[in-house]
Amino acid sequence: MSNVNRRDALKVFGVAPLAGMLDWSAPTVDRATRFVAALGEGETAAPYAPKFFKPHEWRTVRVLADMIIPKDERSGSATDAKAPEFMDFMLVDADASSEASRVSMRGGLAWLDEEMRSRFGTDFLASTDANRRAVLDDIAYPARVKPELRRGSAWFSRFRSSVGSAFFSSQMGWQDLRYMGNVFNPNWNGCPRAATDKLGVSYEEFDASMAKFRAAPK
Amino acid sequence: MNDTQATPYDVCIVGSGAGGGMAAYALTQQGARVVMLEAGGEWYASKDAQMMVPAWASPRRGASKRIRPFGEFDACDGGWDIEGEPFTRAPGTQFSWWRGRMLGGRTNHWGRISLRFGPDDFKGKSKDGLGEDWPISYDDIKPYYDRVDDLIGIFGTNEGLRNHPDGNFQPPPRPRCYELLVKKASDKLGITCIPSRLSITTKALPGRQACHYCGQCNRGCAVKANFSSPDVLIGPALKTGKLTLITNAMAREVTVGRDGLATGVSYIDKKTGTDKHVKAKIVVLAASACESARLLLNSRSTQFPQGLGNSTGWVGKGLTDTTGTDVSGFIPSMVDHVPHNEDGVGGMHVYMPWWLDNAKLDFPRGYHIEVGGGLGAPGGGFMGGIANYGNKGGYGKSLKDDYRKYYGATIGFSGRGEQIPNADCYCEIDPTTVDQWGIPVLRFHWKWTDNEYNQSKHMQETFRSLIAQMGGEVFSPMPTKEQGYGLATGGSIIHELGCVQMGNNPRNSVLNKDCQAHDCKNLFVADGGPFVTQADKNPTWTILALSWKTSDYITQQRKAGAL
Repeated sequence: MSNVNRRDALKVFGVAPLAGMLDWSAPTVDRATRFVAALGEGETAAPYAPKFFKPHEWRTVRVLADMIIPKDERSGSATDAKAPEFMDFMLVDADASSEASRVSMRGGLAWLDEEMRSRFGTDFLASTDANRRAVLDDIAYPARVKPELRRGSAWFSRFRSSVGSAFFSSQMGWQDLRYMGNVFNPNWNGCPRAATDKLGVSYEEFDASMAKFRAAPK
Repeated sequence: MNDTQATPYDVCIVGSGAGGGMAAYALTQQGARVVMLEAGGEWYASKDAQMMVPAWASPRRGASKRIRPFGEFDACDGGWDIEGEPFTRAPGTQFSWWRGRMLGGRTNHWGRISLRFGPDDFKGKSKDGLGEDWPISYDDIKPYYDRVDDLIGIFGTNEGLRNHPDGNFQPPPRPRCYELLVKKASDKLGITCIPSRLSITTKALPGRQACHYCGQCNRGCAVKANFSSPDVLIGPALKTGKLTLITNAMAREVTVGRDGLATGVSYIDKKTGTDKHVKAKIVVLAASACESARLLLNSRSTQFPQGLGNSTGWVGKGLTDTTGTDVSGFIPSMVDHVPHNEDGVGGMHVYMPWWLDNAKLDFPRGYHIEVGGGLGAPGGGFMGGIANYGNKGGYGKSLKDDYRKYYGATIGFSGRGEQIPNADCYCEIDPTTVDQWGIPVLRFHWKWTDNEYNQSKHMQETFRSLIAQMGGEVFSPMPTKEQGYGLATGGSIIHELGCVQMGNNPRNSVLNKDCQAHDCKNLFVADGGPFVTQADKNPTWTILALSWKTSDYITQQRKAGAL
């Protein structure tokens, strides 16, 4: 993990299980929550040097990633969330990558440039936004892709999944999704009424069903 | 062989998971001097867990690694593919063998689903003629289940279900909102659905905090709110001063004397690559069902040319795994969720114990259903199936909105059922292959039968009807007969049991009813090896109870001077 020593990350837990301490105290929860929230922050701002992608590929990936997850009113873009860095790591890491995944990525990017050139005479980076979109529109919807574009579409689907999972697994992504878990929450006691109401269920209904079950002959 | 030890230990335990940890705890409490060999390194969740480390703190964003197939933050060092430790398969066999390689073994990452076997589970043959009966009954083991509940801590509810016995439970957490939906659908379909039974503390226990609901039990708990062998059993055993723990010790064979009794265990010190030996008056194997069988088969001597405990050739026989198949579905009413903290404990809050009568079905034994879904922490691999939703693919703002809209809108079901032991499922020593230390490896044989395929078909149909009842949609088609109805390959569910089975008849068992080898009275097995059958329950709670029962027998025999 980045700049945080794993032992440091857990130092905060040292205060918790003291003998005779039966509940989490509010200050402990607060301190621990803030500590956890700070994990992964403060990374250096030095430009990332990709290990897998070559310079032209890297520029292409960054443009394409931001077309897939653009900045909007709620959060930043894929490159803001360092999605390309994650993808680069996953392509050189011995556990995460394979020869097949590396060839597929390089081949997919080369396919994209070739498709752009054959249609418009310029590669992806040199093309206009409208021309880029013309190709993406043809490969981005797997259910209605023309047979001759299926290879490009299959690659694009994997690329899109990587960008999406990288974006939403970032701190920016968690905030975008309003993800509220991964915290000390010793008083957790079920989901709020608004959430159960939305699904048309209730704890009263659950309790009544269990009471009926317990009363029934078995 | 390096053996400078002056006096033998009272007991040598091989393995530190549920069975080994419990034996160490119980035997040291009773005053025995115990040495424990563990093939992996030292690891305590209370010191080493990656609890609450967010996905983005790692360049991998939590994705899996070779030795952490369930994600890089998962607690268990191990996997189906371990460098330097191969296994082989007979032609046509699909089987994968998981090994945990660390203190505590797979108790570090398991789902904490802690179900007692019921009265019928010990006497299956008497009921339907299949498999074998256990040489013990539920009543024999019940006091130990009670003690395990009290010592380790478990939440649940007493429901008076005959074959899903009640226990000494702490209060369960309330269901999550989507679990209420599952309960409602189950009620409509007549499927029993009750609060789950997990070894996670909702009330503090001595030296252990109550759960703080971060939902990550598989990473190991820094405040010991869930069960893992190192923090809950081995730590207290070490405190007695009676336990000597040797890690990075890969057992090679159980040594025997001229009298045919076990004299200790030889092992490889993995750090130095040297062969060593510990002397002990009693040997307890708890290395996992298949690893204990391998150790016995590799313990050949003039007295035991076929391997120790194997005079009737039964070691390696009766290998089973839990059956499994999964279905998940998209639930439209869950889209555009209300943001809230849905984490709860690191596992389901409701589950479905087996609820039907097999006499009316085309498969002989049952399964339970596990529930998952909702608002999990987004990590590497998040929403990989995005093109199934909304705009069915695309890019840009519309795609970003699809992720937001459909996040958390799925519910999944996993069936976990009972396999009947059959003659085609076993392991033996491969005649030509050795591991990196020169220890002969296991070769697996495996064949599912219609008992399991038909059960998997029933699981698939049930899960699909549950999803339909909730108004949902399943993206994967119903698997066909040719696809084995989606039945997972052997070893996938990581519940290997048998191979060193107990029984009253030495012709088809290795151990007696006290888990003591028929061939060697100071040799015991305390892992999943002694199991005569599976059940529609996870095995850990029974491994713990049986190990404690065996340990009490050892203590009683020691005190009587019989060992």
